[in-house]
Amino acid sequence: MSSRLAPSMTADTQFFWDGVKEHKLLIQRCGSCGLLRHPPRPMCPRCNALEWDTVESSGRGTVRSFVMPHHPPLPWFEDPYIVALIELDEGTRLVTNLVGIAPESATIGMPVEVHYEEFDDGLVLPLFAPLRAGDAS
Amino acid sequence: MTARTLKDRAAIAGIGQTEFSKNSGRTELQLACEAVKAALDDAGLAPSDVDGLVTFTMDSSEEMEVARNLGIERVSMFTQVPYGGGAAAGTVMQAAMAVATGVADVVVCYRAFNERSGNRFGNMSGRITTLPLWLSWYAPYGLMTPASWVALHARSYMHTYGVTNADFGRIAVVDRAHAATNPDAWFYGRPITIEEHQSSRWIIEPVLRLLDCCQESDGGVALVVTSVERARDLRQTPAVIAAAAQGATFDSEMMTSYYRDDLTGLPEMGVVGEQLWRTAGIAPSDISTAFLYDHFTPFVLMQLEELGFCGRGEAKDWATVERLSLGGELPINTSGGLLGEAYIHGMNGITEAVRQIRGTSCNQVDTVEHVLVTAGTGVPTSGLILARR
Repeated sequence: MSSRLAPSMTADTQFFWDGVKEHKLLIQRCGSCGLLRHPPRPMCPRCNALEWDTVESSGRGTVRSFVMPHHPPLPWFEDPYIVALIELDEGTRLVTNLVGIAPESATIGMPVEVHYEEFDDGLVLPLFAPLRAGDAS
Repeated sequence: MTARTLKDRAAIAGIGQTEFSKNSGRTELQLACEAVKAALDDAGLAPSDVDGLVTFTMDSSEEMEVARNLGIERVSMFTQVPYGGGAAAGTVMQAAMAVATGVADVVVCYRAFNERSGNRFGNMSGRITTLPLWLSWYAPYGLMTPASWVALHARSYMHTYGVTNADFGRIAVVDRAHAATNPDAWFYGRPITIEEHQSSRWIIEPVLRLLDCCQESDGGVALVVTSVERARDLRQTPAVIAAAAQGATFDSEMMTSYYRDDLTGLPEMGVVGEQLWRTAGIAPSDISTAFLYDHFTPFVLMQLEELGFCGRGEAKDWATVERLSLGGELPINTSGGLLGEAYIHGMNGITEAVRQIRGTSCNQVDTVEHVLVTAGTGVPTSGLILARR
């Protein structure tokens, strides 16, 4: 097991990390107009409703952008590692690591799927890997 | 009734700075006081003339601590501008508004830090124990430096328009050439070639090499803002504030605005630019020289597009070394910029703009009428147009 910096959370964001612990990628949904939003926040920017629930993402999406940070080296990572901006099929985006692929093989637009990884102290993070062949449906 | 505009109501009457170094050997508060005193001396004003102070929320020297050191006795306006380097021109906008409304007569704006010998912005991992909420979406994945935040955004721009890292390198070449002839610049006498840029190591692959990243510096810069009328009676040629603006847009984060449909622009700077052109009543072609915030080279190209100097996706062809160098159509960052002179959070871009208006720059542009200055990009930001009148 290795470690990562643990996220802070508030009453607005805790559901996301609770979901990840159960291997569910939850997206906040406005209880009034249905707008999906991420990162989570208390009010809907479209209709200003405060009610919200969540939908479970399919866990699939595409790579919108990615980079390989080399410097400064961070104690939690072995060079090279990929940080990617993923656009989920549901339309929201999140930043994560792209794993299971060499940097030179990764491309913008490639289909990916969520992959949960456990770290020290019970931390679970949603990482993404290339969509396995035959999984695209 | 006076027209509701900030145009030509205030001027920068004094500029001051410490030396720019990698280890100042003194406190940030002392740097701030030295810079403010130098700016007042430059203007020919005394601390007792000052009744307003503006700095950055990130500055460690509070307004009243600076006032107590300078012996400023009666203050009617004090404020701080947020969002890191996005605050730079914003401090002048706040000062100009105070002067235009009569809230204050003489306002000093300052920024001083030991960003190299003290807390380095890119070295957060060593000192963070609890992540702030916004960083919790990025740091667990190893995205925790300004360079990396910018790169993830800029990669999308590169992909969309076919821009390469060598295109960014031209900005570094221009800045370092200008720094090479500025004795105050850290990289005085040390220009670079595009080949040197291309062989410098990756910081964030495949977007930023070492020479795409601004330096880290210790130092302080201060400005004195007063009415145009009062400025005319002082020691220096006034740099009249033809326009000053702040700008932010929906879904702005502090360098991590990854959630907008389009990831190829800097919409905050679009809001700033629109206001600057409207207030000053001029167009990009009227700008004699510009200081475009250059913490990382990609956002200089994106600024050129966002501000209307060229069309979307055109900067990689428009931004040639010739066009952006002294003697070209739009000389930028004539002091060497944040890459070449020093990184004083954008405040040293404003001092250079003032020198261009006065005609005292090391790299003086012929016949300067209007100078554009922008502040930190990828964050809620600000900008200025200074004029010689």
